[in-house]
Amino acid sequence: MADTTSKSYFWKGFRDGTPFIFVAIPFGTLFGVFATEAGLSIVQTMAFTSTVFAGAAQFAALQLLQDQTPTAIILVSALAVNLRMAMYSASLTPYLGAAPMWQRACAAYLTVDQSYACSIVQFEKEPRMTVPQRMAYFVGSVTPITPLWILATYLGAVLGTRIPESWALDFALPITFLAMIGPMMRTLPHVVAALVAIFVSLMTAGIPYNLGLLIAGCAGMMAGAQAELFAERRKATQ
Amino acid sequence: MTPVDPVTIWSIIIGLAIGSYSLRFVFIGLVGDRPMPPWLLRHLRYTAVAILPALIAPLVVWPTATEGQPDIPRMAAAAVALSVGVITKNVLAAIFSGAAILYVLLYLLG
Repeated sequence: MADTTSKSYFWKGFRDGTPFIFVAIPFGTLFGVFATEAGLSIVQTMAFTSTVFAGAAQFAALQLLQDQTPTAIILVSALAVNLRMAMYSASLTPYLGAAPMWQRACAAYLTVDQSYACSIVQFEKEPRMTVPQRMAYFVGSVTPITPLWILATYLGAVLGTRIPESWALDFALPITFLAMIGPMMRTLPHVVAALVAIFVSLMTAGIPYNLGLLIAGCAGMMAGAQAELFAERRKATQ
Repeated sequence: MTPVDPVTIWSIIIGLAIGSYSLRFVFIGLVGDRPMPPWLLRHLRYTAVAILPALIAPLVVWPTATEGQPDIPRMAAAAVALSVGVITKNVLAAIFSGAAILYVLLYLLG
């Protein structure tokens, strides 16, 4: 990756990824606060945030931990939240799959919403990029946020217990997720998937171990997939 | 703050670290250039928009902080955060407007 064009693609990725620090800093701080509130030590919080490196799944796991959910269900539910990483991995494979194994192993760790979103746009826009250039861009796009995410988590964990209850931080998590869900509603099938998942999750809320979450998630995914098929068929007949 | 059993916490951290990495590695590392079945990709596309709302919906309708009693400030904040997100496509704008509504209503009604 030492040649100059790869270097310039690294910096292009770095510039494109920079705006995401405004998401990573508050979100990382919140995670640190929540983790402390949930009873995790600073060492546990930092190990969590730097090895799992996936905000949404980390929040989900903490929420379920506070609800006294069995460990196996927490793992399955949080990994279900992270299933989209498999989708990102799948989607990046045609562009980065030819890179050496050690680079792909690093890229896997760095696959997050932000690096995926930047890279897929860039790779589609410039299909003639070489594999090393793509890898340089991908790593560049995640470089500004990774250290800040970890630092922000640390600050949140240190400050966490000093934050008073009247700040209603219990609701920061629902608000943050809802704010993330809004921009995901790109097409009608996305909206259908979300609405079905919400309906089923409210209907199945009484089922123990939060299994309702998985049932609702599967129902939403199936509804989205069917809605997409239906939309494609209608397009084809018109 | 309730103390949590360290064995539980470390099992979750280690399990999630290995599991999350495997999810990220499975395609880029193992599948390589082999194509995946379209039906699988079609379902994977809707993973995030199904799981995240399913996780949030019960928390909005029956909040933990009010011991499960439906709460007007929290419902309104949720509705505003979602609507602003849908309309502006701006995550930060949605977070800040949802939080603003929550605090204003908690102050007025509390």
